[in-house]
Amino acid sequence: MINRGFYTLFYKETLRFYKVALQTVLAPIITTLLYFMVFSHVLQDRVMVFEGISYTSFLIPGLVMMTIIQNAFANSSSSLIQSKVTGNIVFVLLTPLSYVEFYLAFMLAAVVRGLVVGIGVFLVAICFVPVPVHSFMFLLAFAVLGSAVLGTLGIIAGIWAEKFDQLAGFQNFVIMPLSFLSGVFYSIQSLPAFWQVVSHLNPFFYMIDGFRYGFFGVSDTSPWISLMLIFVAFLGLAQFAIRLLKQGYRLRH
Amino acid sequence: MTAAISIRNVKKSYGSLEALKGVDLTINRGEFFGLLGPNGAGKSTLINIIAGLAHADSGEITVLGHNVVGDYRQARRALGVVPQELVFDAFFSVREVLQIQSGYFGLGKENNEWIDQLLDALALTDKANTNMRALSGGMKRRVLIAQALVHKPEVVILDEPTAGVDVELRKLLWGFVAQLNQKGHTIVLTTHYLEEAEKLCDRIAILNHGEVIALDTKESLLQSEICSTLHLIIKTAEAVQELPQQLAKTVREKVKQIDGRTIRLELHKDKDSIVEVLAAITAAGIQVIDLETERADLEDVFVELTGKGASS
Repeated sequence: MINRGFYTLFYKETLRFYKVALQTVLAPIITTLLYFMVFSHVLQDRVMVFEGISYTSFLIPGLVMMTIIQNAFANSSSSLIQSKVTGNIVFVLLTPLSYVEFYLAFMLAAVVRGLVVGIGVFLVAICFVPVPVHSFMFLLAFAVLGSAVLGTLGIIAGIWAEKFDQLAGFQNFVIMPLSFLSGVFYSIQSLPAFWQVVSHLNPFFYMIDGFRYGFFGVSDTSPWISLMLIFVAFLGLAQFAIRLLKQGYRLRH
Repeated sequence: MTAAISIRNVKKSYGSLEALKGVDLTINRGEFFGLLGPNGAGKSTLINIIAGLAHADSGEITVLGHNVVGDYRQARRALGVVPQELVFDAFFSVREVLQIQSGYFGLGKENNEWIDQLLDALALTDKANTNMRALSGGMKRRVLIAQALVHKPEVVILDEPTAGVDVELRKLLWGFVAQLNQKGHTIVLTTHYLEEAEKLCDRIAILNHGEVIALDTKESLLQSEICSTLHLIIKTAEAVQELPQQLAKTVREKVKQIDGRTIRLELHKDKDSIVEVLAAITAAGIQVIDLETERADLEDVFVELTGKGASS
């Protein structure tokens, strides 16, 4: 049952990143905009990915989605590892909150952070170049589901990691490469056949590709297939995260 | 009447180390219960299992009749735990911390009055809006206590709450905890300060190597054979090198230490007479100029049973 306990944990997790918004919201917006400005300046007149769509316009959805998923992951994983290392996780573990409430609160707070930063990047980027919206429902579905998947992955990584170093490893060697190589800066149609197959094994590719479809109505893979794959990944990861919480893995000894 | 905490044959191992070897313990409602033992005895492991921070390998624990595993939500509602470590959330102020903790237990604005009372009772009112990082160690310790009490739990566990706390704060805390106990809250205390346990607790369990080696009322423990010892310390006019031959054998056997002008004897508080012992010593030619007595206390019981000092 969802109750006030769940709401409080969700509120606390959102308040936590709001209190350090300079670091958690503004900094990633600035970083992403720097990517946007540099890449669009260098490649605007040299690359045409989709017919009739400028490279700068093409870039915006990918950057927004990359920001969403990276920040969703950062929110849940950093909150958990900080609480574990400093020991204040005990304040949550001593409460009657259920495993599902614990999971939902951390995951949804990660979704909120992902969306806030993503919207921030989008609003600033469209000041430079207009971007059409083909399907708002697809945009919303991919943004929410993508951040939910990464928020869940962040919970799993936060539970698994016992020190900041391990989490940084997960972030730098798994999340960053997968998000950079998911078609943010290019369409996988431009890759050799082998790398196109490899790209299809990258779950982040479906998030970026589907999200981009929401803007342009064009994608490398059917948005319905992407949505279904992400949804299945979400269900699997959510079940795994709840199982870890129920077992108390690396939380309750 | 349902026990406040019922512990049945609880076992817990960490690899080859048996932290708890089948602990059985019942803590009654309204009791002020002391859980003592040297470091590594298993106290914190037991508390962690009661609180749901650790899982027992076998056995069963209930809090007010609620199983801490099967019915963990009700069990945790009934329980407030003050952890041993000085942990805090650096993102929030004192009031925010308490409101958040209160919310976890399903309580909203209706609990603000109790939060104000807690702040007042623990002398934290003027720090209510201060960030946790800016508080002294003693203040953080008081916030931990307020956090444990914010949902008005019937059973309160204090795990070494006065470790590293100054005398004034210790007095404040004990006054507050004693009041809670008088209002019907069950208090379970672990402490290294045995005089605190002796002063406050109704019943005491001593845990050693994962086993309960003593469980009785404070009075019974203090009346036990271990506590029948009375230390007699005599100051003599001149330094004593060795006991005179003419000193009665019965007295000679009671002398435990000679150190210059100090002779330390161990007497039985009921069977031996201080007057007779002094008379025998004087008759043997030793001039006594001062004396003092020390009765055995809980620390002696603790040391005797565990073979360790309280601060070990």
